Amino acid sequence: MSETARPRTLPRYSASERSNHWVVAITFILLALSGLAFYHPAFFFLSHLLGGGYWARVLHPYIGVVFFVCFALLALRLARHNAWEAKDAQWLKQFPDVLANREERLPEVGRYNALQKLLFYVLVLSAVGLFLSGIGLWREWFAFSVGTVRLAAVVHALCAFVAITSIIVHIYAAIWVKGSVRAMTRGDVTWGWAWRHHRAWFRQMVKGANK
Amino acid sequence: MALQSLDIKRRSATTSPTPSVREPSVGAVAKLIDVSKCIGCKACQTACMEWNDLRDEVGTNVGVYDNPADLTEHSWTVMRFAEYETPQGDLEWLIRKDGCMHCEDPGCLKACPSPGAIVQYANGIVDFHQEHCIGCGYCVTGCPFNVPRISKKDHKAYKCTLCSDRVAVGQEPACVKTCPTGAIEFGTKEVMTEHAQARIADLKSRGYANAGLYDPAGVGGTHVMYVLHHADQPTLYSGLPKDPQISPAVSLWKGVAKPLSMAAMALAALVGFFHYMRVGPAETSEEDERNAEKEVSHE
Ligand code: HEM
Ligand code: SF4
Repeated sequence: MSETARPRTLPRYSASERSNHWVVAITFILLALSGLAFYHPAFFFLSHLLGGGYWARVLHPYIGVVFFVCFALLALRLARHNAWEAKDAQWLKQFPDVLANREERLPEVGRYNALQKLLFYVLVLSAVGLFLSGIGLWREWFAFSVGTVRLAAVVHALCAFVAITSIIVHIYAAIWVKGSVRAMTRGDVTWGWAWRHHRAWFRQMVKGANK
Repeated sequence: MALQSLDIKRRSATTSPTPSVREPSVGAVAKLIDVSKCIGCKACQTACMEWNDLRDEVGTNVGVYDNPADLTEHSWTVMRFAEYETPQGDLEWLIRKDGCMHCEDPGCLKACPSPGAIVQYANGIVDFHQEHCIGCGYCVTGCPFNVPRISKKDHKAYKCTLCSDRVAVGQEPACVKTCPTGAIEFGTKEVMTEHAQARIADLKSRGYANAGLYDPAGVGGTHVMYVLHHADQPTLYSGLPKDPQISPAVSLWKGVAKPLSMAAMALAALVGFFHYMRVGPAETSEEDERNAEKEVSHE
């Protein structure tokens, strides 16, 4: 490689996968902002982003349905990359090395690392929980017993908390690990990025590339 | 409707202090419903419709005296008729005027996410301010008495106001004014409680050993109280709850869960920020790119 040439890249997400991801991300943010507005008075002002409390209340569940359908599609597309492996447990055990950016000490990572896989499972569970409990709260179309609605309110708030906290970690990881965001904005990553952070995946992807 | 002459003591979804300088010198108010004096004439239902400009749809007779059969956004009070066979084999007709109990610790207000949509005045009356209502139905979830009703027309919650507008100008609620037997009375909570004691003593002397006052402590007491002949079995009166409480699910959801989860989310963001400030970004170096190239060309 000459010093001036751009680093070579590997495809990571197709245009269709990226669109899917961003629909999920945008609807999630809208849901989190409007939902938090109902959740705590300190955030009520956020309801104005959707046109005030009344419109936030009306729109939130419909956005929720779009979110859930698109999330389910995305999750189905990515599920096969998230199978748990023995080396993932080892990677997690060495979490201090992860935080301190000492990647050379860690087991080689495939397409996703252990935390990304955990995030995947946690989000799948909380999305299902949000969907089911959200239906329970949706008085426009459904009428459940007051006991069911009370349970749904607690489950919805709990799952929303878990999902939002996980997404904070997810967004931070994208900011922290430089070169990741382009995977979702342009669809590819550099060889060096893959080699450093996902070496097993890199090897698999370049197998025979130069032959 | 906000009333200038009544201070607001509690306001939904509000963390800042509410006005608390003026205190009603006579304390809180209460409506006392003496079930033993009620003849089930429904004059109070009519007075409520008249005063509040409410006209429910004319429904169909469902085979019992209850009419309308349930509270609605147009019927803020309904008489509920229960037939009870005593252990002695007598038939008793237990008639209860149902409606908002004006809880001292209102579950509706606790659950409401919209600032100022539900308020409690200094005199204890709980009022819905529909212009701030967003129609989420959380008040229904919070109420231990199944009182608020959401309108299909404007998606806002409605219930008995205890005629806060009349009370504010020194009048008794419309139902009290109209009751022909004096079964409904209105005054300060203190006087009403005392008055109830005399009624209870009277009922006891007439053989109702379990007569008593319904002013449930689980919701901090109520500003609508009942004198019951069978105070030991309130559920006889068309399911009046024996020990009403804000559901533990609602207390959890609107109680400790809120500050804890907020703190945890803020902490997650802060930990991220400081991690970045301390460790710096995880960058891919030129060397990584070269190593990647090298590895492929060596294969
Ligand atoms: C999956 C489909 C979803 C449906 C059908 C749904 C539906 C609802 C409904 C009906 C409510 C009650 C308020 C209202 O009437 O709007 C609500 C509240 C809420 N939603 Fe959702 N929602 C969904 C997804 C989400 C997601 C993904 C999040 C998180 C990002 C979320 C966060 C919240 C929060 C925080 C509240 C307030 C809960 C509270 O006050 O305790 N929802 N949702
Ligand atoms: S009875 Fe229900 S609606 Fe009335 S004050 Fe109590 S909780 Fe609120």
